[in-house]
Amino acid sequence: MSNDLIKTIFGRLTLDSFPIHEPILVGTFAVVALGGLTLLGALTYFKLWGYLWKEWFTSVDHKKIGIMYIVLALVMLLRGFADAIMMRLQQALAFNGSEGYLNAHHYDQVFTAHGVIMIFFVAMPFVTGLMNYVVPLQIGARDVSFPFLNNFSFWMTVAGALTVMASLFVGEFARTGWLAMAPLSGLDYSPDVGVDYYIWALQIAGVGTLLSGVNLIATIVKMRAPGMSLMKLPIFTWSALVTNVLIVAAFPVLTAVLAMLSLDRYVGTNFFTNTGGGNPMMYVNMIWIWGHPEVYILILPAFGVFSEVVSTFSGKRLFGYTSMVYALIVICILSYLVWLHHFFTMGSGASVNSFFGITTMIISIPTGAKIFNWLFTMYRGRIRYELPMMWSVAFMLTFVIGGMTGVMLAVPPADFQFHNSLFLVAHFHNVIIGGVLFGMFAGVNYWWPKAFGFKLDRKWGVVSFWCWVVGFWVAFTPLYVLGFMGVTRRMRVFEDPSLRIWFVIAGIGAAIIAAGIGAMLMQFYVSIRDREKLRDITGDPWNGRTLEWATSSPPPAYNFAFTPVIHDLDAWYDMKSHKVARPTDGFRAIHMPKNTWAGVVLAGLSMVCGLAMIWYIWWLAALSFLALLATAIIHTFNYDRDFHIPVEDVIASEDARTRALQTAGV
Amino acid sequence: MIRRTFLRIARVRSRLSAIAPLAGLLALGGCQTVVMNPAGDVAVQQADLILWSTVLMLLIIVPVMALTVLFAWRYRAGNEEADYAPDWDHSTQLELVIWAAPLLIIIALGALTWVGTHLLDPYRPLSRVAPGKPVTANVRPLDVEVVSLDWKWLFIYPEQGVATVNELVVPVDRPVRFRMTSSSVMNTLWVPAMAGMIYTMPGMETTLHGVLNKVGRFEGRSANYSGAGFSNMSFWTYSVTPARFDQWVAGVKRQPRRLDAALYRRLEQPSEKVRPIGFGSVDPALFQRIVAMCVKPGTSCMQGMSHGGPAVNDRAPRAGEAEGALTRDPSEKGESPHLSAPHGAAQGQGDPGDGTNRNMTMNVLPAPLGADARKRA
Repeated sequence: MSNDLIKTIFGRLTLDSFPIHEPILVGTFAVVALGGLTLLGALTYFKLWGYLWKEWFTSVDHKKIGIMYIVLALVMLLRGFADAIMMRLQQALAFNGSEGYLNAHHYDQVFTAHGVIMIFFVAMPFVTGLMNYVVPLQIGARDVSFPFLNNFSFWMTVAGALTVMASLFVGEFARTGWLAMAPLSGLDYSPDVGVDYYIWALQIAGVGTLLSGVNLIATIVKMRAPGMSLMKLPIFTWSALVTNVLIVAAFPVLTAVLAMLSLDRYVGTNFFTNTGGGNPMMYVNMIWIWGHPEVYILILPAFGVFSEVVSTFSGKRLFGYTSMVYALIVICILSYLVWLHHFFTMGSGASVNSFFGITTMIISIPTGAKIFNWLFTMYRGRIRYELPMMWSVAFMLTFVIGGMTGVMLAVPPADFQFHNSLFLVAHFHNVIIGGVLFGMFAGVNYWWPKAFGFKLDRKWGVVSFWCWVVGFWVAFTPLYVLGFMGVTRRMRVFEDPSLRIWFVIAGIGAAIIAAGIGAMLMQFYVSIRDREKLRDITGDPWNGRTLEWATSSPPPAYNFAFTPVIHDLDAWYDMKSHKVARPTDGFRAIHMPKNTWAGVVLAGLSMVCGLAMIWYIWWLAALSFLALLATAIIHTFNYDRDFHIPVEDVIASEDARTRALQTAGV
Repeated sequence: MIRRTFLRIARVRSRLSAIAPLAGLLALGGCQTVVMNPAGDVAVQQADLILWSTVLMLLIIVPVMALTVLFAWRYRAGNEEADYAPDWDHSTQLELVIWAAPLLIIIALGALTWVGTHLLDPYRPLSRVAPGKPVTANVRPLDVEVVSLDWKWLFIYPEQGVATVNELVVPVDRPVRFRMTSSSVMNTLWVPAMAGMIYTMPGMETTLHGVLNKVGRFEGRSANYSGAGFSNMSFWTYSVTPARFDQWVAGVKRQPRRLDAALYRRLEQPSEKVRPIGFGSVDPALFQRIVAMCVKPGTSCMQGMSHGGPAVNDRAPRAGEAEGALTRDPSEKGESPHLSAPHGAAQGQGDPGDGTNRNMTMNVLPAPLGADARKRA
């Protein structure tokens, strides 16, 4: 076969693209293959494929999709954390002339993949999953506004994650840092597949996230139970609303800037090149116009979780609800006015730099107000230190330091010394781990009993908690110190031996965090194993205040047999105080959306199209794109999209609930 | 049992407040670091700003953390003596304080930021060499033209007519004006002891003003990831007496090579861990041609690169520069081989630190399939 024919069929994919020369990768592949085959074998042996397909993969139930998002996040956490351990090890070893154990080609991919995976495939799915699960329950709805879109969004995120994972074993990943700055990410300096993997993974996942944003805004605006005015929304739902407004306004910018980068790489345009009128500064601006709202997309749901948790476990109403809502809205608006603080050093001039520095500082005012409001919710409360509350107190002590270092970075002349240093790295890990991750862990521990009907094991949860909190501080305080010592991020080798002790301490911290992750997995295992002991039949194990606690645990597919009528904030607490009786008869058949195969297929085709574009296999890209369009059109002709849950089933599940409540003596 | 657990946890949490003095000790140790105790006046002023902003924020942060620990402990469920006010959720007075206190601090910090940012603008010529030592009319700043290459630094001294790679020498107490550009991707020039940093960008020129007030040797590096050789893109900065500086310039002038466009184009080729090189003379028009990206003979220079000038990088793409993938013939698609495929000598043959020592695969493909690998080796 002629070379041209091979190139036409396979694009630039050759046998050399497979990393059989890299012992680390070969070893990883062996483990993944073994584990994967074991998993697939077990699923086949226990005949679970039908169950998985019918009950989970094709489900349009927001609860199932929410759980699947969080499973994705936890799996990708393991991959992203493995990258982190590799980096810590390399940096602890590479002194006194040693090159460490990773060469530049590998190490540069590791830190890029670490950032991309943690932000896009751990933090985003975690946040989206939590919002997906909780918001419809909190507003008294039966599902989100667009259940099919919800399923599709999830699978697009999975397709993006799989694309990044594929880069581990076929070809390479980007070596540009997690934002792939131009001109380094242009064709001149990154001609290989790495940046293409990056672009397509993010474009595919970005579609999912954007649609999810539209979905949740429509849900919150249109599907609230009667009587639930906006100022009676649970605070977590408020934070979800603001977050999704941020998503809808910010993600199109990411799509656009990555599309422009794609055009540069595929068509030869000059948006961000060094020639032909290109301007790499435009890339930096646009990527951060997305990037800053992105970090608020991550933190605001965590704030929402903490508001719910602190209020519930202090046994008090949230202090200053109105103020909290306005703080959320102000943060939302201001987050679009600060993006330049990520590149004070690009030389915009003093007035522009000061403007953005000052707006960044102004954001700390509503954020500080929220911290005070949580404090005064605890004040004169009766605080029960269940795991979600422990995570909240750890958050309050950890996040404020991260916020403080953020404001330090917001002073442009200070940033001229801190930019891209380990001080910066410590700051954003401080706020992301101390804020987002602690919030997600609090949320998981808080809503797990609702999702599965039994609590999480407390003992292993406490072990995980302390390992994470101590591990975080041991891992990142040295990075603050190193930032003051003038050390830059993304360095692979070091010449100054006095730095080494700090990297070793940071490595020990990472090991402690690893123990925390292990303990969390242990917590899941033990809880599932001992679920009868941890069982909760009331549906309200924490004496909750919001509507989701009015349902059984887990809730029935339809959530609420009758749509509740809302009279006050903290609707469920209000119902309990007035001893509202739960309806036990008069049920009707309930209209529900049907499962769908189209989400999986569309996402799968998108992934094939993306991979084909990455490897320059044009015929496959065109074919899969056409198949994508065809599938989408075929799907629009599917009129068999809904069904009714028969009234007998509703009666049966509601009677079961009545009996459970009577047994529990509620 | 549960009560005891709660008490134990809350007591340990109150011990977190013991961490505060420890953190303070750490902070004191931070005072000896290069960022907080630098040798250059601009960096000293930046360190002052860091200190002030930290102090202003600690005014809020310390009470918040103390209150967190206090409330977490005092209002635990096991403490029956504390008041319990389950429906108390609003206090206008408290809200006013909650919003006003941070606002006042931010106003103060904002004023500090505005003034500090303008005074410490990298583009702004220095008005003082050190506290109490203003820049007088007869002090001319030392001009240094900087080009960030892959992966080394080129310093051109236009006034002295010499150039160095990876070695920066400046006279003590004399303001330095860096005019900077990049040959390929964005980097930043960072000498933490001297002044902050500003990006170097291809086709554009940025400016940084700084001064070193102490004689000595200081670290310098790029602080913006720029590719495989980034970690080794460091250089030493020497601050010397004026007499010693003249001696050094004379020494560099004795170097035989002249840095002209042809030699620059060889220098531009990617290389790492480059030892300092000196050039005895420099083409005076070279830096402007580097900024205008017309070092290659036969290329036209761009018009106007200064702030507010016409579009940067308006040079047309040239033959041989990467074209969009869709426009290529199948034979031009290239490959994306895994870059750690073995190449060069077998493992163990190279000097310590050589990349070929990492040819660690035992997986050598059989002959027809392995043709490419052998070709490359």
